[in-house]
Amino acid sequence: MARHIVASTSEIPPGGNKVVDVAGRDIVVFHVNGEFFALLNRCPHEGAPLEKAACVARLTSPEPGIYQRSRVGEMLRCPWHGWEFDMRNGQSWFDPKRVKIRSYPVAVERGEELQKGLYVAETFPVHVEDSYVIVEV
Amino acid sequence: MSEVIDRPLREDEKPAASRLRIVDCDVHPSLHSFDDLNEFLPKRWQQHLKEYGSHLRTPYLFTTPYPRSSPLIARRDAWPPTGGPPGSDLAFMQKQHLDPLDVEFGILQVLDLFIFSQQNLEFGAAIQRAINDWQLALWSHRDPRLKASILVGQDGVDLAIAEIERCAKIGEYVQINVSPRANEPLGRRRYWPIYERAQELDLPLGIHVGGYGGHAPTGGGWPSYYVEEHQSNAHTIAAQLASLVIEGVPERFPKLKFVFIEGGFGWIPSAVWRMDQHFERFRSEVPHLKRKPSEYVREHFWFTTQPIDEPDEARHLRSLIEWVGIDRLLFSSDYPHWDFDDPRFAFKTPLTDAERRKIFSTNARAVYKF
Ligand code: FES
Repeated sequence: MARHIVASTSEIPPGGNKVVDVAGRDIVVFHVNGEFFALLNRCPHEGAPLEKAACVARLTSPEPGIYQRSRVGEMLRCPWHGWEFDMRNGQSWFDPKRVKIRSYPVAVERGEELQKGLYVAETFPVHVEDSYVIVEV
Repeated sequence: MSEVIDRPLREDEKPAASRLRIVDCDVHPSLHSFDDLNEFLPKRWQQHLKEYGSHLRTPYLFTTPYPRSSPLIARRDAWPPTGGPPGSDLAFMQKQHLDPLDVEFGILQVLDLFIFSQQNLEFGAAIQRAINDWQLALWSHRDPRLKASILVGQDGVDLAIAEIERCAKIGEYVQINVSPRANEPLGRRRYWPIYERAQELDLPLGIHVGGYGGHAPTGGGWPSYYVEEHQSNAHTIAAQLASLVIEGVPERFPKLKFVFIEGGFGWIPSAVWRMDQHFERFRSEVPHLKRKPSEYVREHFWFTTQPIDEPDEARHLRSLIEWVGIDRLLFSSDYPHWDFDDPRFAFKTPLTDAERRKIFSTNARAVYKF
């Protein structure tokens, strides 16, 4: 597993995402409530591009007529048939053991830290004063 | 059921010139705005559209409009960057759908303005005529892959026949579309003049699910939820299949072809088994039928594949396909709608190359003759 610098944190606004090509993989990095998540940019169902997915809340209902929202923005709803996935681990909501999107570990590190380790910068020069999103593939 | 896919696309999953080019029997173009129709619509009806809009038969306000699951029932990635609704920009459709999926022919199915369900029959006919012209001018003539359909509202039979004649003279349309939700079941005699003309012209009848009739979409009444209503597409057309067969339409018009569009095909075996079984018992009620219902179905009806059923076990889908008949199925994507099927991944069961060729291309080419 190598660690790849894929974006500066300021590049992906809250609620937004960025698609990156890492080691031949089409990966999409989401920014949700101050956290970053990296997933394969391809729905396991029929292959829809997840960069177009909606970042939604988990909607549950203990009984008809009562609706509860939680984990706002952390569920991903596929742009095609609407299957829902948990952004944290790529698990599907309806069959979490069998259907998932491949997810990748993400870290955020300061430029000065990055000087020390073994990283692969994808597309841009790194400035020590910024923070960067690192995806491990 | 799917597994995790953690790999780039394999070569055989990528469309390439050497691979099978597909015929997509359900592509939805949209009006950019009602103004698109001005050039095809007499002033009198432009004014009407502006002042009165549609007059439909649904009993409740807002039962028809979108969103239904997704704004404009569309894929979230299908909104053209140039603005306008999904399906309204040819260049974007080419780039997102026709080119990458290697679509050799796409058959247009227009749903705008609930064209089949207009209560004011003259207004309906004017809109149908405008939309039929618009399909050629803005779609087929600009991209010859796209084939137009003659849309008519069958409740105004004389108006429908006039429009069929007009379009048939132009000679560019591949089928006649009627609604599965008309005033009466499709097998009724009042609609037979349309079938007679279709047979003479050798044009298949396309029946796309949806639309709004005066009847509840389920036999039990009006559903509460979209997901509940969406199920009703299958039983609405199952009822229409029974009506056509049992009222004797294929018996009476032995060359007529019907294509059921967007109803899927999972429901077909049991519907047809039941018809056959009852036919054995009740033959004397319907002596005009000379053969078993299944025989009519196997000769006169084709079914587009989307929305494809996804049983947990791939072999169940396989048996279903075999039972319905590899020759009866026509691939359709339903682009750009939310339940779009991607031709590369929709069939979650193995198909041989010969089977793929039939479902994705040659069956449709035989039915539509191109
Ligand atoms: S492709 Fe994602 S839900 Fe079907």
